[in-house]
Amino acid sequence: MWSMNQQENIEQQLWSYIDGISSNEEKMAVERLIATSVEWKNKYHELLDVHKLMSTVELEQPSMRFTKNVMEEIAKLHIAPAAKNYINKKIIWSIASFFILLIVGFLIYGFAQVDWNFQDDSKPLIDFSSFNYGKIFNNNLVNLFMMVNVLLGLVLLDRILANKRKRFQKPI
Amino acid sequence: MSTGLGDNEIISRVLRGEQGAYADLVNRYQGYVFTLVLRMIKSREDAEEVAQDVFVKTYRSLANFRGESKFSTWLYTITNTTCITFLRKKKLEVHSLDNEKVFEVADSRDSGFRANMIEQKSRVSMVNRAITMLNPDDAEIITLFYKAEQSLDEIARILKIEVNTAKVRLHRARGRLKEKMERHFTEEIKNIY
Repeated sequence: MWSMNQQENIEQQLWSYIDGISSNEEKMAVERLIATSVEWKNKYHELLDVHKLMSTVELEQPSMRFTKNVMEEIAKLHIAPAAKNYINKKIIWSIASFFILLIVGFLIYGFAQVDWNFQDDSKPLIDFSSFNYGKIFNNNLVNLFMMVNVLLGLVLLDRILANKRKRFQKPI
Repeated sequence: MSTGLGDNEIISRVLRGEQGAYADLVNRYQGYVFTLVLRMIKSREDAEEVAQDVFVKTYRSLANFRGESKFSTWLYTITNTTCITFLRKKKLEVHSLDNEKVFEVADSRDSGFRANMIEQKSRVSMVNRAITMLNPDDAEIITLFYKAEQSLDEIARILKIEVNTAKVRLHRARGRLKEKMERHFTEEIKNIY
């Protein structure tokens, strides 16, 4: 008798053989085993019967009026434009450029503060205390960026709350 | 009925404004969609309504079909989403693979089926009823492989799993189906084997 693991392994090899997805070597090995071992032969015929049986099943069919109903329904509709057509790539590129420029700006400012000739190991390479944060955050562009972020956050919060409200509303 | 045209050709015609050509796609795939829907939504009436909704949604978003995968794969995604939305609306339980309750529901349903067994002896109906006794994930993979005749590669893409995982899942599902048939349709199985 085969152990559970052996049984599963053999069944998997036989199913692959029946489905026609085993490699040439696997196929030859299985064929040899079916020809020489009674257990393999019996198992093969058992699985083949199940496979044949399942191959006879047909798809369920809806009512005769189904296609007519669908066609009547779509007669009132138009095909929506493809998503890629109404997402303006220019807008996406503008947003991406804005963020890239912002990051590059911060990096340039940061590296400009580095004293590359510095020799003393006790002091850090970048002197963070020399950063003029006030100058950065008083900048109108950064303030605008912060405001946009706050606005986007509020819009997002509003959408989440609206969804939750809808979910908890009882149908009348 | 079917015009013999390829799916992509029919889609191009529909996109060019020949709305009537869409009927060919509906005729070709109504059984596929209806069977998949019926696996998740047991009532035939509801399943028909949902299947209809699937074809309406598919029509609306036909311009988004890029032809990178088979039309049936894309259709499966819409079918699955529509079923889940419907079940959520109805507040029905969407069964998961290892949900014990699924087996309990299937088993309790078995006793009802047994009463009608004498009347329904055909092989096809036996297999179909055995499939409904399986958990939805097993039923789904067997339906896709045998009824929808999808290859393992296509099934893997549809279910977003590895091909090997799909292979193992299919093997196990078949094993469980065989068990169900042997347990509940002993007499019919004897005649077949």
